[in-house]
Amino acid sequence: MKYISEFRQQDLARQLAQAIGQTVDPGRHYRLMEFCGGHTHAIFRYGVQDLMPANVEFIHGPGCPVCVLPTGRIDNAIQLAARHDVILCSYADLMRVPATGRDSLLKAKAGGCDIRMIYSTQDALKIARENPSRSVVFFAIGFETTTPPTAVAIKQAQAERLANFSVFCNHVLTPAAMRAILDAPQPVAIDAFLGPSHVSTIIGSQAYEPFADHYAKPIVIAGFEPLDVMQSALMLIRQINEGRHEVENEYSRAVTRQGNLKAQALVQDVFELRPQFEWRGLGLIPDSALKLKADYADFDAEQRFSLPAIQASDVKGCECPAILRGAKKPQDCRLLGTVCTPENPMGSCMVSSEGACAAYWSYGRLRGKCRVTLR
Amino acid sequence: MPKPYTSSLDLTTGKVDLSHGGGGRAMAQLIDELFVRHFDNDLLRQRNDQALFTVPAGRLVISTDGHVISPLFFPGGDIGSLAVHGTVNDVAMSGARPLYLSAGFILEEGLPLADLEKIVASMAAAARKAGTPIVTGDTKVVERGKGDGVFITTTGVGLVPEGVNISGDRARPGCAILVSGSIGDHGVAIMAGRENLQFCTSIVSDSAALNGLVAEMVAAAPDAIRCLRDPTRGGLATALNELARQSGVGMVVDEARIPVKAEVKAACEILGLDPLYVANEGKLVCICAAVAAERLLAVMRQHPLGRNAAIIGEVIDDEHGFVQMTTAFGGRRIVDWPVGEQLPRIC
Repeated sequence: MKYISEFRQQDLARQLAQAIGQTVDPGRHYRLMEFCGGHTHAIFRYGVQDLMPANVEFIHGPGCPVCVLPTGRIDNAIQLAARHDVILCSYADLMRVPATGRDSLLKAKAGGCDIRMIYSTQDALKIARENPSRSVVFFAIGFETTTPPTAVAIKQAQAERLANFSVFCNHVLTPAAMRAILDAPQPVAIDAFLGPSHVSTIIGSQAYEPFADHYAKPIVIAGFEPLDVMQSALMLIRQINEGRHEVENEYSRAVTRQGNLKAQALVQDVFELRPQFEWRGLGLIPDSALKLKADYADFDAEQRFSLPAIQASDVKGCECPAILRGAKKPQDCRLLGTVCTPENPMGSCMVSSEGACAAYWSYGRLRGKCRVTLR
Repeated sequence: MPKPYTSSLDLTTGKVDLSHGGGGRAMAQLIDELFVRHFDNDLLRQRNDQALFTVPAGRLVISTDGHVISPLFFPGGDIGSLAVHGTVNDVAMSGARPLYLSAGFILEEGLPLADLEKIVASMAAAARKAGTPIVTGDTKVVERGKGDGVFITTTGVGLVPEGVNISGDRARPGCAILVSGSIGDHGVAIMAGRENLQFCTSIVSDSAALNGLVAEMVAAAPDAIRCLRDPTRGGLATALNELARQSGVGMVVDEARIPVKAEVKAACEILGLDPLYVANEGKLVCICAAVAAERLLAVMRQHPLGRNAAIIGEVIDDEHGFVQMTTAFGGRRIVDWPVGEQLPRIC
């Protein structure tokens, strides 16, 4: 499938823009939360906002696993890496996230810690096999999309008796985050959700049906391409106009109602719920994160190493918590562009490639500053 | 006359050892039987510590580049040819005709001599093709583990023709922005050669000497060319941002007009890279007066290294100095400076 060109066609974009323009009620303001950082990124990278009418607003959600990871967990990872018997394996995105005292995994690496940047869990397993005398810890993060591969890695390690391999687990759950946003004491005004794409391939579109019912909000599962985003926006706007609140699946080429049952079973086998977990921006949320089951305790880095719970505070003035909730936008943060830049990030929203601040800064900060007309 | 060395270098199974950097006979033999033999020119054959030549009348440019690329050999080239092309191109980006190159080698103990010979032969071929001989050099050896096979530094001098004034600060609003061909080829070819990213591509590095192309462009429109830059590390995005900053201007480019090979797009998609930030080693960006754009484009397309040249945008007045892009999708975004290192050790 040549999706690179097919799902980014300008002609279709224009047609959708026209359809959206004709469907919106000019007297209404539509607030659509795109849950996933991937959607935020697509919106800014392709300039989707330029094709939308002025009364349709995208509100950035917390769907960026790097962004919602509290600073204390990065501190823990650095503590692990500082042990001379440990090789810490981490995704590239986590390397520059600021920890307490402006430290980071990248700085710790430059300081001599053995930290390896990897692309997948298989890389971490390989390092474990090649370094039997060292403890190899995989810094696992992510929503439901990346949890099954971590489960596979743990089961592989168990089958191979790879005793030096362990996982520092920070996997989190999407529905819990959505609930936290909708149940917040001062909830942000949101009319509808663009539902996560790849999380939904795992958990299925039915996972959102309780939300649509209970909170009476339309949800459309949207693919990551810019045409997906626009098509989904149109579907949401129609639902809002018609007073419906259903779960619709725009990303039908990858998402089914039940999701990936095999992946779900794997995750059920290896992980269980933590009573609560701290989320940056959303606070302590019950039943929102996973840890390894007792059967797999040998591969749980938190069991193997003593890792104190660290209560770290954000940099003063950093609006990441509010931005993650959808209460503020990147341009509302005083630190953006003055002190906080991708080279010198104050918070995780600027570091992660899916962070709202990084997307706004890298692609969108000309808005309001330049008046170049589109041809 | 007695043979200078009792036996020849073992170029089949031999390895670089510390004596090759010691300044004694072993080093002299390495230089004679490898470097001088392949680079083969009068100046080098004099075997002085320096190369003597008459300074031609006019303006000279000098440029230097260190090469630390890993792996040493990749589809479409190696560290040797890259070292020649890199410096020849930096010199050529001033509009200058490259005259001579120097080459400094830092060799790691244990580097197979067979590999070193391949690299040196490749450099010699590249230098010959570019008409720019390597006339002086240096050799050092570091202990095993202190170098990554080989590091090469090349320095080049060139002569700028009369009346040619090409500099990064000369872009002005209204100028056209051209690129000589498809972007992202080199970076992706390197990834294909690296161990832990395995996928089959037909992508080959675009590593090439651009002085021939530049000579034709300068001959066709000597006054109209204002800026030339080769978009190496950091890709096209960096080159455009550098020029915008140096000249105090903004730019608008059209994504649909920037040539990118389908395979490069696909590879970048899989790895989450933006082709705009991926290194090129045989492409140039040209900023010229608008009236000359079509003429220059035609000249570039006649040259083998410019077949896919395109006009991609224009320079505008902008106090913020943004490089903006109208996306193929129809929206608008900026093309910012890259942050950090997308792909380490790419040049």
